Amino acid sequence: MSKQEKKEATLLQNNTYLPEEKQYNTLNLGPTHPATHGIFQNVLKMDGEKIYSGEPTIGYIHRAFEKLAEHRPYYQITPITDRLNYCSSPINNMGWHITMERLLNIETPKKVDYMRVIIMELARIADHLICNSVLAVDTGALTGFLYIFQQREKIYEIYEEICGARLTTNIGRIGGFERDFNDITYKKIERFLQEFPEVLGEFERLVSRNRIFMDRTINVGAITAERALSYGFTGPNLRACGVDYDVRVFSSYSSYEDFDFIIPIGTNGDTYDRYCVRSTEMWESLKMIKYAMDNMPTGSHHADVPAFYLPPKLDVYNSMEALIWHFKIVMGEVDVPKGEIYSPVEGGNGELGFYLISDGGRLPYRLHFRRPCFIYYQAYPEMIQGQLLSDAIVTMSSLNVIAGELDA
Amino acid sequence: MSLTNEIVLKALIDQFGEHIKDPTEPYTMLTITIPASQNVPILSWLRDHRDFQFVFLTDLCGVHYPANGGLELAVIYHLHSFIHNYRMRIKAFVSSLNPEIPTITEIYASANWMERETYDFFGIRFKGHPQLKRILNMDDMNYFPMLKQYPLEDQLREDKEDKFFGR
Repeated sequence: MSKQEKKEATLLQNNTYLPEEKQYNTLNLGPTHPATHGIFQNVLKMDGEKIYSGEPTIGYIHRAFEKLAEHRPYYQITPITDRLNYCSSPINNMGWHITMERLLNIETPKKVDYMRVIIMELARIADHLICNSVLAVDTGALTGFLYIFQQREKIYEIYEEICGARLTTNIGRIGGFERDFNDITYKKIERFLQEFPEVLGEFERLVSRNRIFMDRTINVGAITAERALSYGFTGPNLRACGVDYDVRVFSSYSSYEDFDFIIPIGTNGDTYDRYCVRSTEMWESLKMIKYAMDNMPTGSHHADVPAFYLPPKLDVYNSMEALIWHFKIVMGEVDVPKGEIYSPVEGGNGELGFYLISDGGRLPYRLHFRRPCFIYYQAYPEMIQGQLLSDAIVTMSSLNVIAGELDA
Repeated sequence: MSLTNEIVLKALIDQFGEHIKDPTEPYTMLTITIPASQNVPILSWLRDHRDFQFVFLTDLCGVHYPANGGLELAVIYHLHSFIHNYRMRIKAFVSSLNPEIPTITEIYASANWMERETYDFFGIRFKGHPQLKRILNMDDMNYFPMLKQYPLEDQLREDKEDKFFGR
């Protein structure tokens, strides 16, 4: 044994041996890892089980929506918005219609607003359901997830009754809805309102005060309100930090001012707070749907804007005016005012904004989607720094990052 | 007290004088144009202002105006003051020959990826950005796809040719 080796052996024995330079392992988490719920890649620098630093790589399902939108007439952009946050696509659809209505100064009837609120709040419930139940799965509780997905299916059946589609819904038109809700829709919503509170209550009893769940989520992936604001957090993730910012209240749209609801906020901004905020929001959404159902105004299901709202097909075959408007809308003969507008809605995971520049033509000059996921996901490396690998997984699912919205 | 466009505009002009140009109010949102070199002082002044507190950068994106000679590319900032619930928009134009503008990542951490996205699509270089590389497109792409001169589809493809339902 040489002198040097002897020295090292002694150091090892005394447990004082430290390598000259600290060694890190590189770990590729993703792009297709079963625990990351989508195509997210994170190159992590690991110190044993602890994360030293991480770098997210995004863009795996980038589909150039902003470029596509510059080549589509206004009414054909709705299907693009479906594919942003595909867990709550009706909110995206409504957000786009509301943007167009603001650009064109269209006043929608109260009935349209209430119908929209019902659908948007159903979508919010579906969105939060996925996030919360998958969060439970990541901490090891699979039962709640399977149980609660039955209710998500019920929501999708309601969508199907309204518009015929389930995931990429394309609900509504500029100015209102293509048709009124039918009786079966109302019945299905009422049945959902009756059944859902019991199921959600059961899920909460299973998870909310569960010792394992609390140990896995409290103080995990926490962020301060100040950092969250700087990082552009919105939605439940910002509210979990204690900032009561909600677009539904701050820049009200679709008659949200008629509704009485509370904005739940957290204190620590950790995973558990995010879970609790989403959970409470679901109860508030239920309240809003109930109110809208009980106070549904009478009237038309669309605004009177023949220049933008496609007439019913039967009229197109039978009346001259309807045929003219149909032709004008489809061929893009209708003038749109020049201007630029930023119009936000409260999406499933934050402020979904549409920045639209119109040059008066039939296509948008520029349409930028402010995608909440894209903006707050950049805080992820900071949030997982120094945490365990298993906590990083839990943090990601509690942030509710949706790949479609992230990559647009 | 709620903020109005007049108050903010007056305070800005008092502070920065001729740097504040073309104030307009499309759909009631105050919109001003600033020189690209002045974006850091103006935005940090707005954020740290005792009364205004524009603590939130809602959005940052680029726009291409090919006909706007000399100043073809625009960077658009949307700011939000939560305490007054007041939004405003700031535009800074740069030339497409040398599209350079100082980064604002020091002021708002959220600008990091939004600036990378703007670089990715418009080729606007943000001076001083900690990691200015492509974010959504692949790294070896050699053009900036959101510029208006690029058509939607690859024009060299022949399998898409259709003279009646052409794209």
